Parts: sequence; C-alpha cells; structure tokens
Amino acid sequence: MTVRRDAIIVGGGIHGCSTALHLALRGFRPVLIEKDYAGRHASGVNAGGVRQLARHVAEIPLSIRSMDVWEGIEDLLGDSCGFENAGQVLVAEDAAELDACRTRVADLNLRGFDHEELIDAAELRRLVPAVAETCPGGIVSRRDGAAEPARTTTAFRRRAESLGCLIREGVAASNVRREGGQWRVDAGAETYEAPVLVNAAGAWAGRIAAALGEPVPVETVAPMLMITSRVPAFIRPVVILRGRKLSFKQFANGTVLIGGGHLATPYPDTGETVLDWRKLQESARTVFDLFPVMRGATIVRAWAGIEARTRDDLPVFGPSARHEGLFHQFGFSLHGFQLGPGAGAVMAEMIATGHTNTPIDGLRIDRFARA
Amino acid sequence: MFKRLQADTRKPVGIFVDGTAVTAREGDTVSAALLASGLDVRRTTAVSGAPRLPYCMMGVCFDCLVTVDGTGNRQGCLITVREGMRIEIQKGKREIGR
Amino acid sequence: MSAGPTRSEYDVVVVGAGPAGLAAAATAAGAGLSTLLLDENAGPGGQVWRAIDTTPVRAPDLLGRDYWAGAGLVAEARASGAEILQGATVWGLDRNLEVAVSIGGGSRFVTARRVVLATGALERPFPIPGWTLPGVLTAGAAQTLLKSSGLVPEGRTVLAGQGPLLWLLAAQILRLGGGIDLILDTAERANWRQAWRYAPGFLFTPYFAKGLALMREVRAKVRVVSGVTALSAEGDGRVERVAYTAGGRRETVPVDTLLLHQGVVPNVNLAMAAGVKHAWDPIQLCWAPVLDETLATSVPGIAIAGDGAGIGGAPAAVVRGRIAGLAAVEALAPTAVRRGPSMETLRVARDRAERGRRFLDLLFRPSRAFRIPDGDTVVCRCEEVTARDIRDAVAIGATGPNQLKAYRRAGMGPCQGRLCGLTVTELMAEARGMTPEEIGYYRLRPPVKPITLAELADMPQSESAVRAVVR
Repeated sequence: MTVRRDAIIVGGGIHGCSTALHLALRGFRPVLIEKDYAGRHASGVNAGGVRQLARHVAEIPLSIRSMDVWEGIEDLLGDSCGFENAGQVLVAEDAAELDACRTRVADLNLRGFDHEELIDAAELRRLVPAVAETCPGGIVSRRDGAAEPARTTTAFRRRAESLGCLIREGVAASNVRREGGQWRVDAGAETYEAPVLVNAAGAWAGRIAAALGEPVPVETVAPMLMITSRVPAFIRPVVILRGRKLSFKQFANGTVLIGGGHLATPYPDTGETVLDWRKLQESARTVFDLFPVMRGATIVRAWAGIEARTRDDLPVFGPSARHEGLFHQFGFSLHGFQLGPGAGAVMAEMIATGHTNTPIDGLRIDRFARA
Repeated sequence: MFKRLQADTRKPVGIFVDGTAVTAREGDTVSAALLASGLDVRRTTAVSGAPRLPYCMMGVCFDCLVTVDGTGNRQGCLITVREGMRIEIQKGKREIGR
Repeated sequence: MSAGPTRSEYDVVVVGAGPAGLAAAATAAGAGLSTLLLDENAGPGGQVWRAIDTTPVRAPDLLGRDYWAGAGLVAEARASGAEILQGATVWGLDRNLEVAVSIGGGSRFVTARRVVLATGALERPFPIPGWTLPGVLTAGAAQTLLKSSGLVPEGRTVLAGQGPLLWLLAAQILRLGGGIDLILDTAERANWRQAWRYAPGFLFTPYFAKGLALMREVRAKVRVVSGVTALSAEGDGRVERVAYTAGGRRETVPVDTLLLHQGVVPNVNLAMAAGVKHAWDPIQLCWAPVLDETLATSVPGIAIAGDGAGIGGAPAAVVRGRIAGLAAVEALAPTAVRRGPSMETLRVARDRAERGRRFLDLLFRPSRAFRIPDGDTVVCRCEEVTARDIRDAVAIGATGPNQLKAYRRAGMGPCQGRLCGLTVTELMAEARGMTPEEIGYYRLRPPVKPITLAELADMPQSESAVRAVVR
C-alpha cells in the first residue's frame, strides 16, 4: 500500500525526531521511519552533553541556535529532558594547554563569538573544586550543560507524534528512490511517498547517501561511556579535558558519567558493540589522576552507541547537491546531541521556506567533492 | 535476627562495626557477621533513604552494600571478615572516595 | 592483596566453582589443558555446596548427604592441575573470549581459547508488597547463612513460597535447632493438572523419595498453610507482620524474619553481556541460553554448563560441566589421553539426571500473582521503581525494558536487573498484550558486577589519596 505524506524522515535519532517535530509544528504531516526504536543508538545512549564549548567554527552558529531551543525545551516538549545548564568547563592540564585556550578564545572573539570565556586557576577551582590542583585554568561556556539523552529523544518523538507525525518503529527503510518527482521509501508492507526526504539515519546514513549518488567519507564508530553508582553531589558543570580524552559529568541523581571518545568495536549490521576495556582502563586512570575524590567510586555500567563520523569531524547538513527534495542530516561525529533540537528547527525552516538565516555553509555535502 | 550454632568451634575474629567491637567467626562473610551481631545494621538506600538489610546473600541483590576498611559500596555477602576489619553501615549516598 | 592469574592466556577459563564449574575445570585440566577456574566466593562449592571447606555445621546428617557429596568433586578439581582463584569476580567477557576479572583490588584481563560459564542460578524475584523491608530475605539467603556460618533465624520466622529448596531449608533450620512458626505454601493446586502427565518419570528419580521425606519431616513440626493466593510483608522500618490470603480468608501474623522462595532461574548476566543468544522458556518462565548438545552457545568458544544452561539441579550440573569440559578437550586437544567417561556416556548420564525435571517445573510453576505485581509494589529494588511506575510508562509509550530507561531507571542500579528483569519483561508483556519473547530483556553490558574506579584503573587506592575528599 502506498501512503502519501508531506515528508519522509529516515532515522529516529534526536535529529530525525527533532526535524519531525519542527516540520509538524509548521503544519507538515511527515512520516518518520526507524528500524529499531527512537533513540536506540547514539541519540539515546550518548553522554548527554549540551555543549557549545570547543566546537569547530563551522558549526558554532547551528550550536548557538540550538542552545536557544534547549533553553525553551520544557515549553516545546512538555518535558524538562533533565536539562540543566550549570556550564561546561574545558580543563587545561598545563601551561602550554592554557596558552592554546587563550589563543582559541581570542580567535573566537575576533569572529564575534563570546560564549567561550578564558578562566584562571582560581575560577577553575571555584567551578570544579574536585579537580587536581595542578591544573592552571581553562575555558568555560556558562550557558552549556547536560540533559538525559534517551529521555530527550523520546520526548521529541512523542511530541512529534502528538502533532501528527506518523512514527514507524521496528521497520527498516529500504529501496529509497525518486520516481515521478516524488521520493518513495519502502517500510514493512508500506511504501511511503513524499516530495521531501530527510536522511537522518545516523550510522546508516552514509549508505543511503552513497546509494543516491552522494558518497561521503564517513565511518561507523561507537564511543564508549561508563557511569558510576549514585554519589553525593560534588561537581556541577560538565568537565572536558583539552589534552586527554575525557569528559566527566554528574547527573542530578548523583551518578557520574565518564566519557571522552574512546571507541568500541561497532557491528552495525546487528546493532551490537564490543567494548574495549583497555581503553576504558585509560579513562579510569585519567579520572584517577585528575579527580582523586573519584577513586573509590563504583562503576556500574558501560556501553557504546553506534554513530557516524566524517573525515573532517563535521556533520553533513543541508540540501542534497544532486537531488531536489533530498536533505541530509547526519555524520555528527560524536557531538550531535546538543545540535539536534536546533538542527531540526533549521531543517524544517529550509524545507518549508527554502532557506535559513543560520549559517551552515561549511556543512554542505559537496565539500568533500570539492576537496 | 540470626543466632549462632552452639557447636560452632571456628576461631573468633574481632571486627568493628561503626566503631563497636563485634566478635565474628573465621569464615563469616561481613553480612553474616552483621546479621549475627545483634546490632541495628540497616543501611539506607541512596534513592529514597529506605532501610535495607541483606536479601540474597549470594552476590546478586546488592542490598548488603557496606563500607569495608574505607572502601564503600562493597558487597558484604562476598567479603570474608578479617581481624581488625572496620565496617561502616552506609546511610544514603555514600561519600565518594571513602 | 591476593595474586591474580599466573598467565595472560589459557586454553580454558571456567567461571563459577559450583558443581558445573568444578566438573568442567577438572575435566579440562585433567586432560592437560591450561585451565583457570574463577569464582567470586571465598571458597569453592557454589550455592549448593557452599562453604564445604569451612562450614561449622560438621555433623553429616544436618546438611544432608547431597551436600557432602560435593567434597569429592572439589578434591578432584584441586588435584586436576586447574588454577583455582577464589574471591575473583568476573565482570566482563566478550566475543573475543577476553575475560575481565577483579581480584585483590585490581583488574586483570585474560584471554581463553574456550570459556565455560558456570554461573549457576539465582532465586526468582518474589515481588510482593514489602519485600524490600529489612528482615525479609530469600530462603537461599537463610540457607547460605546456615551453611557458611551455622546461623539460624531467631524470633518468629515464617517461610513463604514453594519449591524443593523451601522444604529443604525448613528441614535444615529445624535440624540445627532453629524455630519456624509457619510455612505459607503458594503452590497452585491447579498446577497438578499440567504436571501429572510427567509424574511417572519423576517417580523413578531420587528427588521423589527425598522430597516426600523432607515434607514429612517438616510437616511433623511446623504448621503449613496451603493454597496461599496473596502475600505481603508489613512493618515500619523492618518487617513486623506478614499478611496472607488462603481459601479466601485474609490473616495477619506477627513475624521477625520472613523467608521467600519460588524457585530458581538461570543467572544470565555474564552470558548476555558476552552476546550469547537467549530465548524465553515458557515452562520455566525465564530466559535460557540457546545451546547445542555440547552446551556451546551462539558465540563461538563460549559454552554454558550447570543451572545457567537452564535449571536442572546439582547432579545434572555436574554432568553438564563434564560435557562442556570434554567438548573443550575434544576441540583443543583431540589426541589428549582421557581418563573420564566418553561423551556418549555423559549424554546418557545427563538424560538420566534431567529426568523428572519437567514434572517439577510444572508443579512448582509460580502463579501470576507472585510474578506480576500490582500497584505500588516495588519491582526494581535498586532504583525503587514500582509496578505502577512501569505500567504508567507503558501507557505513555515505553515498549520494552530498554525503552523503559527513557522513562524510569528500572534495571539501571547495581544489581543490573537480576532482581527485576524477569518481572519487568513479564509485566510489560502483560501490559502490552505481547509475549515475553517479543518484549525482550535488558541489554546487558560489562561490567556485569560493579567495580571501583581504582580497580578498573588497576591502581592502588592508597589511604592518603582516599582521604583527599571534597567536603
């Protein structure tokens, strides 16, 4: 049976769900197709960082736009998503790293961005009292924070559905094609047809793009995370390191999340991952060094979410360079969660109006062809 | 809650429970020693502060969590008592790092 | 600080030193394979032969002949050349057969050419109102205290539930001079209708005579109320009363200790974390690994023996352990000299040891009322999530145990679903009108037992460092 909709979104991560919601808010009646369930992979199991801090300049405007959506997320979704904005702090472990921080902030200021702020040792200690005393300072982005990823993605999904988006979970999108000026996608017994197709399929999006003649240098990765049992509150902002791979955050319930980008082995065909405990041991040693207070904390769970990483670590975001009505929204390369809410808004804006005022030129899909 | 067999001839082992001296027996787990101590050894949960005592005694339920010699969240039912061991009953969220 | 494994690679790593693990390790090491046996308890024996080296309960008939039968296998395993490490908690295993173990405060990684999981069983969750109150324990917990420390309950004691272990525990408590005030038998009489067909097979097993004798021994001394259909523990800060319904009448009795039991189920956490495929067993009402006839799992190189392969009891566990051990020998050292029985002999022995099991499974199938709770009864003890919380989450869109995590923290505490997973699966299946197989189970990952950061870092957790605490 063929079902006509206004747009077809492939992928039920935070990006697909956010685009679905924002299209629905603009009066569209999209269908979202998700092979597992919304938030099954990276969007549901990432570190939950809501971070403008330390981003590539090409995605800073999108990140800032997204921050505005985050700050109104409860009004938008009817769910706080566990969002807290106690700031994010990038820690320099020595003088050389602090110098690099200083250069970075000066460069951003020249470009007109003022969300990152250089801090000295005293301010670092004020913000993060538990950090090792040898650290000379860093950068803070005070509006940043964190949210609960599965809850957030699920909240977008539910709100989109309540506004008329059709959600198809547990069926894979297949046979993506353009016929007679319409996009057609098979899912289960149905064929969906729409003038607009959004490729937001995360780790699986590269295959769709390639099949439509727009190959992108993208690999499948699975960053690992681990979380402790509940401990008393001792750290408010999210902490990331400039040098070593570590991010560190305490949720309101007391659990502490330890991440930083060490990778598991992904098996995208089955959706499984195999963790690399020797790398997690490195993370544990870094925490051991920098947060002595955490040495006796208990690690309760560890996991990895499968996602796509591009060659230049920047997402592919915007209209196709080849096909009318096709839009890409993938390859967020381990830092797409904060961008999700804003990217959905920008994507819906582009689909509905044909343009957006948010500068996203550096994220075009044809940048790889030009290079 | 639990009483010892008269014929138990195992060697006594002295431990401290929140500073109180308790005589356990060689081979007792921490949880067994606590349940036989006659003391109020209820911990409280980190979630709601509800009181708990060991439930499964075989390492699966985590209701026996105690601080042993300064390390918190240890499964008392899997650790054997040693002379001079210091045991603290956990109340709510345990202080990290101790 | 105890020493870790002496090597970084072994032919065979066996996890769990109960009947199956001891048999597997003895068989593999006995044929000359380098074999490491890891067990998290202080001594070998698993649950059934717990503390067999150290129990203060020395008089042979107090714990019974089946208990002391373990001594021979423990001796065989020790003499086999297997390296046996106690106090060694295995918290990770993956498809590359890398085993992560925490021992003596540090983490070690060893690789194996074959892994035999003999992680046994745990008691089925018994989620009744008040089951989290201090003074409510499992019957298995009381039996552990009895075997390893010679402890018996003091004060007013009630046993509630059903199954062979409940009666065995009652007999053992009585033999040691403990008192039991009341047994509340929750066995459903209607179960006989399904079970009787399998009764002839059961009559010829040793369980039959033993079971009858135990029940007689206990009934002679303790009041037993049969046909209990509802049960709750009540009290302020600890259990003070147990309320029950039998024959349509509700009664309340004062109690100091309430011991619960309604059978055992496979302990699946490590196997599932390693990616082993499991299926729902609609008779035993639990997840069990999908195995071939040599007990090999869906993950090449990993076998599962003992009750972890599906509940079969101790004699079956021993035979299964030997089968898994012998399969490793046949795969890794096909020319090794074998002293033990052949695979064919073991298969026959296994069939014999498992005979009568179906009868017990059906007769002691726990009723819905004690598996799928209602209202504010706690389901997840760690995160204190109730049955109502889960039904509410289903009503607003949670479709399975993993999706539930977006709404509630059920299964996310330190026990990692061991005490709530089956309840969550069955409760969500009922609420959604689907089968447990369709609903599925928590996606499990290492560490399957929590480890401290210092342990993972494999760094000493020195006193001075530890005391550097943020106030």
